[in-house]
This record gives sequence, C-alpha cells and structure tokens, in this order.
Amino acid sequence: MADEVVLLDFWPSMFGMRVRIALAEKGIEYEYKEEDLGNKSPLLLQMNPIHKKIPVLIHNGKPVCESLIIVQYIDEVWKDRSPLLPTDPYQRAHARFWADYVDKKVYEVSRKIWTSKGEEKEAGKKEFFEIFKTLEGELGDKPYFGAETFGFVDLSLIPFYSWFYAIETFGEFNMEAECPKIVAWAKRYLQKETVAKTLPDQKKVYEFVGQMRKRFGLE
Amino acid sequence: MAGEVLLFGFWGSPFSRRVEMALKLKGIKYKYIDEDFSNKSPSLLKYNPIHKKVPVFVHNGKHLAESLVILEYIDETWKDHPILPKDPYERANARFWAKFIDEKYLSAIWKSCTCEEKEREKAVEETSELLQFLENELKEQRYFGGETIGLVDIAANIIGYWLEIFEEAFGVELLRKEKFPKLCNWANEFVSISAIKENIPPRDKLIAFLRNRFGVGKASK
Repeated sequence: MADEVVLLDFWPSMFGMRVRIALAEKGIEYEYKEEDLGNKSPLLLQMNPIHKKIPVLIHNGKPVCESLIIVQYIDEVWKDRSPLLPTDPYQRAHARFWADYVDKKVYEVSRKIWTSKGEEKEAGKKEFFEIFKTLEGELGDKPYFGAETFGFVDLSLIPFYSWFYAIETFGEFNMEAECPKIVAWAKRYLQKETVAKTLPDQKKVYEFVGQMRKRFGLE
Repeated sequence: MAGEVLLFGFWGSPFSRRVEMALKLKGIKYKYIDEDFSNKSPSLLKYNPIHKKVPVFVHNGKHLAESLVILEYIDETWKDHPILPKDPYERANARFWAKFIDEKYLSAIWKSCTCEEKEREKAVEETSELLQFLENELKEQRYFGGETIGLVDIAANIIGYWLEIFEEAFGVELLRKEKFPKLCNWANEFVSISAIKENIPPRDKLIAFLRNRFGVGKASK
C-alpha cells in the first residue's frame, strides 16, 4: 500500500523546516502544500482545529500536529532507516529535554528581537545571548548535540540558522561574534545535503522579516 | 529494572505528582525529597540548573527534568502498565494532548482565578473553551487512555484534581457538571484509582496553602 504523505507548511517557518528535514532524512516522498497564513485553507482548519497552525503532516488522511511530535512520529513509522532519536531511553529523554528547551525559548526570544525596538529589543538581545550561551554549554566540544552524529536536538535548532541573518541585522549584532560555537555547529550541519537543500536562503528570510516589520509598523 | 530512583518534588505541585502517579502505577520504589521553594536545595539546583524547578528525577545517578519527558522515560524503562500506546499515530495524539494541557490549561485556570474582576469573564470563557476541547476528546471512553489511564490522564491531573481545589480556594466556578458531564465523570473516576488517590495532596492543606500564598482571590476589590 503506497503511503500518502502531505505536509501543510509555510516556507519560512522553522517548525515546518524541522519536518521537511526529517522527511528528507528518511527519504519519504510527500506533497508539499504552502499555506497562506493570512488566509488559512479549509484543509488546515480541518486538520488542526485546535491550534490552526502549520506544520501539519497528513499521513494516509490522518493529521499529526506540532513539529517535534511530527518528527517523533516520522521516526517511529519509518523506523527502518536514519534514526532521528537515540535508542537508549536516557539519551532519548535527554534529547527530548533539550528539544523542549529550544521549543520553549528560542522562537519567543528571537521574535522579541525583530518585533521590538529600544529597551525592549535590548532586553530581548540579552536574553537571546543567555539562551544561546546555555545551548553552547550543552553542545560543549561535541560536533553535534547528538554527539558523533546529528540528532533530535540538532534538528530542532538548525532551522533557526536560516533566520540568523535577519535576527542579527535587525538586532544589530553579529551572530558569529556572539555565538561562535553555534555558528560553527550550524555550518558543520549544513554540509549535510538534506539540511542544505531544505533550509531557505538567509537573505530570502531577511526580506520576509523586513516585510513583516513593515506590517508591524517597525520600518 | 533495578536501580536507585530519586524524585525531587513539591507536595502541592501537579507536575511532580504526575511522576509519583506513574511510579505508583508501575510499582516502582523511589526515594522522595520534598523541596521548599523559598529555599531550594543544592541538589535540586545541581540537577536542574536550567529551569531550577521540580520535578527532578534521578535514576542510577542520571538526572532528568520536565514532567512529560520524565513520564516517557519511565514508560520506556519500566514496561509494566504502559502509559503510552504502541501505535505511532495514537502515541502522537497522546503527546499532542499532553503538550496542549501543559501549555495552556494551568495558566488559563490560574488567570481565571487570580485576574482582576473586569477580566474575569473573558478568562473564564477562555478556560471554558479549553475544557470543551477535553470534553470532546474524551468521547465515549472511560479515560483519555482508553480502558486504562495513560499519559494524557496523568497530564490532565491538573483538571482531575487541582482544578476543583483552585475553584474552592479562589471562589471561581469553572468545571460545571451540566456543561462538562464527561469531564466531571472522568475526574471522579481518575481520583478513585489507587495510584492517583494515594498521590494527591490533602485537599484542605492545599486550599490553605493557595489562599495563604496567593491571597483569597480579588473578590473583595
């Protein structure tokens, strides 16, 4: 029985990128459907009635929502290849903890930087550096968060790389100077074809964020 | 599976109680350390430097934080009385609801109980919408986990027990039986399970604690 896989997504979404990378890693063919978040499709509203958000993975007609939950679902269904989580329960829990940390912290603080100005922006930047310092601490001297190869935590964080140029430009700082280990990690991970092909161009994301800022009256 | 199990918790916290419920359900022996929030122990700060919160779970010297992460670890390590289904789609669904409960419910209940009088109606309505989602999700099942309790039931302990405590402590009505018959029924069934019953904080003690710590609502304004 052929699998029918559909992904409802929005190209600059870091959350959607996680799913795209996971699908690419597993070599799964799928239909990509771009959503207009200002005019959400009936399909999206039907498949994610609670949050009405992307990404949504629709597998043989059944929806799975929330990017990290989708990634784990993909890992469990297509378990015969390219594992995305470790097999050891403790390492899995450790990976889930850090992916959860990325989820809870990175998006909000990044958003604070590009949607605010003045004191609020400076406060956002301070928090951003603290969070990334914590992540650098967790990375340590390992090439990836998953140790020898990339894993769940790497996947949860790498999409933010495509937003770094936008964040550092609007935030008026230099990402490589402030978080050298993270940038080095990201560049290492980008050597993977599945990641390089999936992440949108940083300049394109920057233009998108610029348009959003105009809409918020920040430009 | 042998090995030393430690749990740092707080007697009134639904989050650390979740872990105790799972441990009790699976018959796992553990040593419990109750934390004083105003004076967190060096061990807690050492084991959870990131969030500095309870619960913190230690198994054979290896530590974990975040209740839902801990619950999945417990389920993968001790296979008796599974709390997650085997089917990947059902697992994803369980994770979805557990996460949703974590992200939205306690803060909504809290807001309804402690906000300014003029904001109360809106806050109560928002909480009501959230409760309706759970009412619908229960369908005709006895528990969110089906015939036996699972991850979502344990995560929903906030609604199963703490909600009523908040209602009483702050004088706000949120879970009306006429409006949420299934959820009320579920809550009664939930707290009568022995693994749960033995792990809920004493009602009067918790009400007194909430009133003392956070004031008796804003009704007097």
